Amino acid sequence: MNILEQAAANKRASWVVISFVILLFLCIGFGFDYFYGSGMQFPVFTGVAFLFGVGSSYMSFAYGDKMILSSTHAVPLDMNDPKQQQWHNIIEEMSIAAGIPVPKTYIIDDPDPNAFATGQDPEHSSIAVTRGLLEALNRDELQGVAAHEMSHIKNFDIRLMLILAVMVGAIALLADWAGRSLWFGRSRSSRRSEGSGPIALIILAVWFIAIILAPILSQLMAMAVSRKRESLADASGAALTRNPLGLASALEKINGYTSPTRSINQGTAHLCIADPKGSAVGMREDWMGNLFATHPPIEKRIRALKEMAYQFNASKGE
Amino acid sequence: MTLWILLAVVVIIVVWLIGTFNGLVSLKNETLNGWKQIDVQLKRRHDLIPNLIETVKGVMNFEQKTLTMVIEARNKAISAQGVAEKAGAENMLTGALRQLFALVENYPTLKSNENASKLQEELVSTENRIGFARQFYNDIATKFNIAQQTFPSNIVAGMFGFTKQELFEITDAAERDVPKVDLNLK
Repeated sequence: MNILEQAAANKRASWVVISFVILLFLCIGFGFDYFYGSGMQFPVFTGVAFLFGVGSSYMSFAYGDKMILSSTHAVPLDMNDPKQQQWHNIIEEMSIAAGIPVPKTYIIDDPDPNAFATGQDPEHSSIAVTRGLLEALNRDELQGVAAHEMSHIKNFDIRLMLILAVMVGAIALLADWAGRSLWFGRSRSSRRSEGSGPIALIILAVWFIAIILAPILSQLMAMAVSRKRESLADASGAALTRNPLGLASALEKINGYTSPTRSINQGTAHLCIADPKGSAVGMREDWMGNLFATHPPIEKRIRALKEMAYQFNASKGE
Repeated sequence: MTLWILLAVVVIIVVWLIGTFNGLVSLKNETLNGWKQIDVQLKRRHDLIPNLIETVKGVMNFEQKTLTMVIEARNKAISAQGVAEKAGAENMLTGALRQLFALVENYPTLKSNENASKLQEELVSTENRIGFARQFYNDIATKFNIAQQTFPSNIVAGMFGFTKQELFEITDAAERDVPKVDLNLK
């Protein structure tokens, strides 16, 4: 799959996620109307849930990147600092290589090395790094990281990830709220469903399960989407720098830092170059590690990059 | 009935023609833009060199020969006309700069000079930008050329006289490698 097809697929997937979320909100709202809304002329809860779904989709698209950046306390680069000036230069170089506008650059005051890109499209995008990353990596390695993030921007991963990040949060919030009011209003609803027979009971059960499962499912979906895209960004990033070993050695260094990136919370984990939880999960290659990881095992990524470098050199040597 | 089928075929062909032609035109413009980008980065390098010379002049007055060589190469590169002459002059400038950087290694005062290391970073970045701009140009020009040569878009390209774009060739074998300049700025 080339980068244009990937971008088209990501734009489609963004719409699918948005429709899915709005549908889910409708379902939950409908359930409330069914059980609590007796006597009301208008399905109030369904209406509110629909508006909430559309509203939060729009907000996540329009303001999600700013929300994420401010939640990590990212600040614009200080160009008087030589290391930050160098990072800005590298970003400009890689945007020339990728043929996209220069993204806005931010720094996070955190000693653990990590980086992420966010935004709606290549024209509205930002890249943030931690201070630890700038200190730990040399120029070639930073270039590898910049190219990886640039690929996320160029193929619209950032748009899908942005929508997923905000959606996962919104669904968790809504499910929490719905679950609570469910417990709160249980006596009323059971009284009402007594007369409605077994069908109402089944609907209630399905609805209940949906509310419990929604946050977990949405989280798992975000993780699966993210894992697939990390490997792709590694590969297309290497195609930009023509130096897969730069990113490979960057990942090796990042892997050496076992402590978590504290400034970046779990909700934004799938945007980062390496899982901010630290290396404990990144090491596992079994199915459990696979299911709950936002990134492929770092060892696996390094192996793939080294293989790329080998093939690249072999084709150059001919 | 046959008239309708005939009409449908004509419409499909016309739509395809328009689509292919527009695709080729946008590829051509992207290629031209890619070429302009190389020029932008080369100009950036020309502008940086007087600053660099000014900074190292005081410390490196023993290396007058190298400094003069860099200045001459720069002036030649600015006044060069035509693609081939330009490419040759720029390659000379790259070589001269590389020599200068190698010499800077011998001057600890320069290495610790903040201004000098800042300038060095700017120049390293510029070398990279030139390299990446060329890479981008070559990639997009290759895409344009392939579209002109493969069936069926080659028919449209032939009809409207699109021409193959030259790729940026590197003649010097050593040039193929990304310029490695010791930064001292880890």
